Amino acid sequence: MPETAADDTPTTRPPALLVEGLAYAYPDGHQALFGIDLRVEPGERVAVLGPNGAGKTTLVLHLNGVHTPGAGRVAVAGLPVAKANLREVRRRVGIVFQDPDDQLFMPTVREDVAFGPANFGLRGAELDARVAAALAAVGMAEHADRSPMHLSGGQRRRVALATVLACDPEVLVLDEPSANLEPVARRELAEVLLGLGRTTLMVTHDLPYALQLCPRSVLVDEGVVVADGPTRELLADTALLAAHRLELPFGFRLD
Amino acid sequence: MGAGHAHLLHRPGDTAVHRLPAQVKVVAALAVVLCVVSTPRGEFAAFGLYLLLLACVWALARVPPGWLAKRALIEAPFVVLAVVLPFTAGGPTVGLLGLRLSETGLLAGWNILAKGTLGVLVSLTLSATTSPRDLLVGLQRLRVPALVITIATLMLRYLEVISAEAARMRVARICRGHDPRFLWQAGATARAVGTLFIRSYERGERVHLAMVSRGWTGTMPDAGRAAAPRTWLAGLVPAVGAALVLGTTLWG
Repeated sequence: MPETAADDTPTTRPPALLVEGLAYAYPDGHQALFGIDLRVEPGERVAVLGPNGAGKTTLVLHLNGVHTPGAGRVAVAGLPVAKANLREVRRRVGIVFQDPDDQLFMPTVREDVAFGPANFGLRGAELDARVAAALAAVGMAEHADRSPMHLSGGQRRRVALATVLACDPEVLVLDEPSANLEPVARRELAEVLLGLGRTTLMVTHDLPYALQLCPRSVLVDEGVVVADGPTRELLADTALLAAHRLELPFGFRLD
Repeated sequence: MGAGHAHLLHRPGDTAVHRLPAQVKVVAALAVVLCVVSTPRGEFAAFGLYLLLLACVWALARVPPGWLAKRALIEAPFVVLAVVLPFTAGGPTVGLLGLRLSETGLLAGWNILAKGTLGVLVSLTLSATTSPRDLLVGLQRLRVPALVITIATLMLRYLEVISAEAARMRVARICRGHDPRFLWQAGATARAVGTLFIRSYERGERVHLAMVSRGWTGTMPDAGRAAAPRTWLAGLVPAVGAALVLGTTLWG
């Protein structure tokens, strides 16, 4: 738990993330979510597990108001996700997308990290300090003036994380953070994430990574939450995993 | 701000010319080109003076003339036109090295050659001393529409991403025995271009989503700084020089 969470009295603080009865159908009629319920307390790290096409990414895009729910509601630290609050909601929810090349679009790392906070109104020295802090947090301070094109996959992923950290979000949302990473880069990213101590929602089907980073997991399939509990217990339930097209990699055993 | 790229047209440095805010350089370059273009083609001395003016800027920016000359070759196709004109144009002719050349053709050719070369050299000087990123910041400062700036910024970054993707697709095709030297195999290349277009379009949507998620509302954050009046004055010295040359030619 981060210190900020410990300072406040837990009873008065609203959940970092509250999703109630969320249902959504794409404009083409495809129904992706059928009533999702999820509550994440401040400081928690939760993994969202599920097979491809389970609705994980659709859920993520509701958290910062890119999609508007067909039914149900979403609130971030007590603030309902609605048109009027979109700007603040997007500051509070930082999404790190799966492909860093989609996220990093500016000619230099520094400008990319500055893009978010500048949009949220930071200027001058304050902005520079925020950018420097975010880059230092992911260990990329010395690469600030390079082009994202010339970084390795792991470095790009960490810069993508910094671009979101620079907005100082209440909730960090990561979409498949370990995809396409070599083992060392994967471990380095895990160390960075554990060191941040922020409320984190991690969408993944990398089960060992979920176990390493998130004490709690939520299993989503066919647009509903089918299981919610301690990651270790969930991953030890082979029958449950098999029923939802998930399995631990070869050589892994949890019992 | 160094972009960190090895750019073909940019020559990083830390001279007075490099440090000048991009918006000043853009305006100065535009003004010089306008002066060059409005100079009557017969005023040979004026063109020499323009070149001298540029040479002073190069000396100040420490750009070697050889570096510029190599890149100025881009105008070669236009030079061909300039060389052809004296042979094809009609009117009175003059004898030169045993050839009968059209007088108006010679002048027209010279006109293209001199103004074209000077125009290319001015642009090269601007790009040599200004990184592509700074150029965009400068244009933004000059109130170029936000949409144009956004498109150019994205192009600067994704041109590399997309060309890398195209190269990977090409290697994958070649590995499966594709040999695009033959005309009947052009179909696969054409389809690859189509696929690349769709992929780029989809990537565009994802990039937009990621930008919106970070609070983007339609304008790029302004990374530049306003130039002081004194900086403007200093930066516009070459433009004033060119204007003086033009003024004297037109009066004289």
